[in-house]
This record gives sequence, C-alpha cells and structure tokens, in this order.
Amino acid sequence: MGFYDLLASYKNQDIQKLTASFDQRDVWRALSRESCDSRDFLTLLSPAARPFLEEMAVKARELSIRNFGRTIQLFTPMYLSNFCTNGCVYCGFGCANFIPRKQLSLEEVAEEARLIAADGLKHILILTGDAPKIATPAYIEASCRELRKHFSSIAIEIYAMDTETYRRMVAAGVDGLTLYQETYNETLYDTLHPYGPKKDYHFRLDAPERGCIAGMRMVNVGTLLGLDDWRRDAFFTGLHADWLQKNYPEVEISISLPRMRPHAGSYSPACEVSDADFVQILLAQRIFMPRCGISISTRERKEFRDNIMGLGVTRMSAGVSTAVGGHSDKDSGTGQFDISDERSVEEMAVAIKAKGYQPVYQDWRPMDSWEKSA
Amino acid sequence: MNLSAPDTFSPEKDSLIIGGESLSSRLFVGTGKYPSDTLIPGVLAASGSEVITVALRRVDMDATTDNVMQHIPSNIRLLPNTSGARTAEEAVRIARLAKAMGCGNWIKIEVISDNRYLLPDGYETVKATQILAKEGFVVLPYVNADLMIARSLVSAGAAAVMPLGAPIGSNRGLQTKEMLRILIEEIPLPIIVDAGIGKPSQACEAMEMGAAACLVNTAIAGAGNPVAMAKAFGQAVAAGRKAFLAGEAAVSPGRAYASSPLTGFLS
Repeated sequence: MGFYDLLASYKNQDIQKLTASFDQRDVWRALSRESCDSRDFLTLLSPAARPFLEEMAVKARELSIRNFGRTIQLFTPMYLSNFCTNGCVYCGFGCANFIPRKQLSLEEVAEEARLIAADGLKHILILTGDAPKIATPAYIEASCRELRKHFSSIAIEIYAMDTETYRRMVAAGVDGLTLYQETYNETLYDTLHPYGPKKDYHFRLDAPERGCIAGMRMVNVGTLLGLDDWRRDAFFTGLHADWLQKNYPEVEISISLPRMRPHAGSYSPACEVSDADFVQILLAQRIFMPRCGISISTRERKEFRDNIMGLGVTRMSAGVSTAVGGHSDKDSGTGQFDISDERSVEEMAVAIKAKGYQPVYQDWRPMDSWEKSA
Repeated sequence: MNLSAPDTFSPEKDSLIIGGESLSSRLFVGTGKYPSDTLIPGVLAASGSEVITVALRRVDMDATTDNVMQHIPSNIRLLPNTSGARTAEEAVRIARLAKAMGCGNWIKIEVISDNRYLLPDGYETVKATQILAKEGFVVLPYVNADLMIARSLVSAGAAAVMPLGAPIGSNRGLQTKEMLRILIEEIPLPIIVDAGIGKPSQACEAMEMGAAACLVNTAIAGAGNPVAMAKAFGQAVAAGRKAFLAGEAAVSPGRAYASSPLTGFLS
C-alpha cells in the first residue's frame, strides 16, 4: 500500500468539520498520552487546541531536547538554475514570469561553493527549477562533484525524479532529498499547476518514497503553507512523514514548514497562516513525531525564528540568497521568493548561541570523503 | 559470574579494567546535545568521568568553526562511536576511520537502522564486533538487553557489553531491569548500562545491581545545569558501586509465618 492509498482513505472525511468537532477534553487526552496517533495529531491541530499552545510548547520543547538536544543544524540553499517549464501559479520561477533566467556553469558552481563554504557551512541544499532538459541529471551530478570538495552533505530540492535517477544522484554524493507536495488537495493541486511536468500529482506524491528506495539518507517533505486550508495540509504532511518513517525506518525523515512569501508574480495565498497558526503546526508536528527533523527557512522573519528555536526546530537555513549565483554575484537577479531573515551564517550562529543552543555545522559526512582525508 | 565485581569489599582497589586500561570512574559521558561544547570540560571535571563518547559524524578536523574535539582534555579516554552507521560494514568503516584520525582503538559500535526509535540492530552489531575485535579494537557494542546477543558478543571478542536501559534519549530509566539483571549474572564481561538513564537515582540503581558502569548523555546535556547534573551522576554512580561492593543486607520477605508451619512435620 502506497501513501496515496492512505490519503485516499480520508477522501470522504471532512477534515475541517472533524477538527471543529474536537473539544478541550480531546486536547487534554492527546497531550497526556505517551505517544500520539493520527487522531491526536489532528486534535492538536484543531481550533480546540489553540488555548493550549503553552502546554503544547512545554511538551514539544521537552521532547525536542530529549531527542535532539539543544542543537540547531545550519545549512544554506544554493540555486543552480532557475529555468522552469512549469506554470505553477504561486512560484517566482514559473515559466510565465518574465525574469532573467540563468544556470550556473560548473566554474560558477565551484566559485559559489567556495564562497559559501568559507562561512564554515558543511551542509548544502541545491535547487533548480523544473527543466530537466537544461538542468539535466548529468549537470546536477557534475555540480555535486564540485560541491563535494567543500560540503559533507548535499541535499537536492529539484524536480521529481524516477527511482533510477535518484540512485544516480545518491551515487554522485547526494544524501538528502527535499520535495514539497505543495498541497495534498488533489483538486486544488490541479488548478495550481496548469501545465508542465509538475502537474502529475501522483508522480510528485510518490517521489519521496522513490528517494527512500534509492538510498537517500534523509528525506524531507512539506507543503507550501497558504495554498490550502493549513490544518488539512499540515495534517497530511504529518501523515506523509509518519508513513515514510514507518515504512523506511532507515531513512531520517524530516518536514519543512515553508509559508508563502512575496515573489515575482501576482498570486496571493488563499489561506493566511498567522504566526499562532504556524506555531500550532510546529508544536503538533513535534508532539506527533518526536524523532522527526523540522526545518525552518528564512521565509520567516528573524524575531520569529529566534522565538521558535526552542519549540522543536532542528534545522535552520542561514546566509541565504534565493537567486541563482546569489553568493558570488550580489546583482544576480530575481530570487524565487523574498527572504525575511537576511542574517549571515555568523550572525545566525550568534543568535542560536544567545538562545542557549549550539549551532551544528556538520552532522554527517559521506564515508568515502572521510576515507580520503583520514 | 560478573568478572567486574570483586569478591571482597575493597573499594580502594576497585577499578574498572577495559581493554587493559584501568578506570577509577565508572561513569562514561557523551558529547552530543549540549547547548555548547564549551561545557564539556566542566562536565568531565564535575562528574569525574574518564571516558567520553563522541560521534565521528560530528567531528570535523578541518572546521573553521568550533570543533568538539578541542574541548576534550587530553587525559580523557576517547570513545568514538559509529553513530550514523546502518550496517556492520558502515560501522567497521567508521571505526577504521576513527583510528586513522588518531582517536585511538576504542570504539563504541552503534548500528541503527531504525530512526523512529533509534533501537540497535543486534545482528549487524555482532558482525561488526567480530571484524573489529580481530583487528585489535577494544570494542564496546551498544545493544538491546538481550542475553543471546550478549553471548554472541562475548564470542565475537567484545571488551564490554552496553545494553540499553530504555530507548536513547527517553530518560525513562531501567525499563529493561530484569534483562539487565540476567546479563549482569550471565555475561563474563563488564556490563555498561547505556541509553535511557534519566536520573542519578537510576544510574545508582544500575550500579547497585552490579552493572560495571553507566553511560549518560541526554540526562546531563538536557539538564538545566549540565555541570551540576554531571556531578550528581558521578556521585550516584560511585554510591551505587559502593553499595554493590558492600553487599546488600537481606530484605525481609514481608510475610507472616503460620503458627503451624507447612514444614512442621519435619520436626
């Protein structure tokens, strides 16, 4: 049974109506249990749980410290290419948007990598638009060979691939896969992706599983918060992460909580996600999956990022530019979206320490690169 | 019989021998989960611990930023662990790398292929132990509290066995107490209770039972004051050991005897 079958089993459930039916007793029950099931998770996402954010925060904080310690892992994204063949209505890279298009040469990849690595970062997330004929698997493999000279962990956030191509990526040194479903609402998904390869809901939905099968060490899922009712999408994101963790226990499963940000294009989020909503998702997710990584990007503003550090966050990006070549060329053009936290890696490390946490620069290294340097 | 327990009460001579090395403290500590690695020297000093485990995956000798190794005093025995290994083969490779990097020949084998509960894979752990012990490593494997696995580790050449008291990071104490008791009785190697210990009293109880040592990370690193908690753990482990060596007084069976005993006919 694939994840879609589990998702389909909820098709006749009115999630919004169900969440509205929970009361305070349900919340207390969910909070007092040793381990949460999916109903408890939904309870913690419900309106009834809103007055209990402080109680949820205490539990989430305790679970996080027990499982991850007072540590936050740092990483930064690196945009290799913004060519795209999709018409996603919410994305700055969508092919209908008239923005300068660029793909880094391998020399530029090397220079960008050198500049990023100078800040001490060892974990990098590489991104491209969805244009497999331009940012080809061979191009990504070649880029990885450059990046491995500087980084101990390389994750990809690119177009969905088949299992065999993911295997190629793993062989090239990629150990992490980030892939957002954007929204689990299949009908909405179809309207948000009017054309392009990303339109295939099922191919994208199953991509994290293919990454697990292909041998990725870490797989990260998420939705773009704001596209659909946040309770529904947060719930299904959690179910997806839980399903992957149960079926591929050897893989480190994590989630990201990206909120919609201004970008090139005119799309406005259908569903506003307030700070309190965001915190509720974060806390419910941590309580539901105590061992799941939670990643927070610079889409969030710095004061907010500082305040949520102790509530379950395990990874944060720093020193971010969402433009292609944005580290070596400060005038490199339009980014995928506007970031809210522009702090450098060093500034971020200082902020993490100020909160009583340790910034972790390296938490993994592929063995063959170890063997070369040992 | 547990060889780590001397037959007579001689606390002044009581030391734990592992891999030919004599340790006076029976508390091992970890390096993970601290708000800052700068706390490590204070934790070591307060606890009296002489052994510290470090995840090789975190070690970056070329780091331009802070490196955990800088904070470990040179007189402390380093116990690198194979955290991140999912198979015996990966654990063996990490162990060899640790040695090549100058971390010595002690190795804590951790083979974990379940990220949901972080439970160790006993079968792969035995395989890795076999290979590394033959290569001259002092192998300390982290395993479930399982007698058959522990016996296989003895045959494989382990220097000690490190069963879990409860899952990693759970702070739930000695959930495997009955199995630990059996291992302490049956395994002729030091039994070092690893994982799950959340409070000094639990470490003390493990030592009272006859465990040779305890390894504590989360309970110290996650404490409000890690240095103070390290001191408490050091004292608890020492107290538990002394109690074990002293020999417990008999516990009253807590029942009344009938005026007409069942065995009265014998007289």
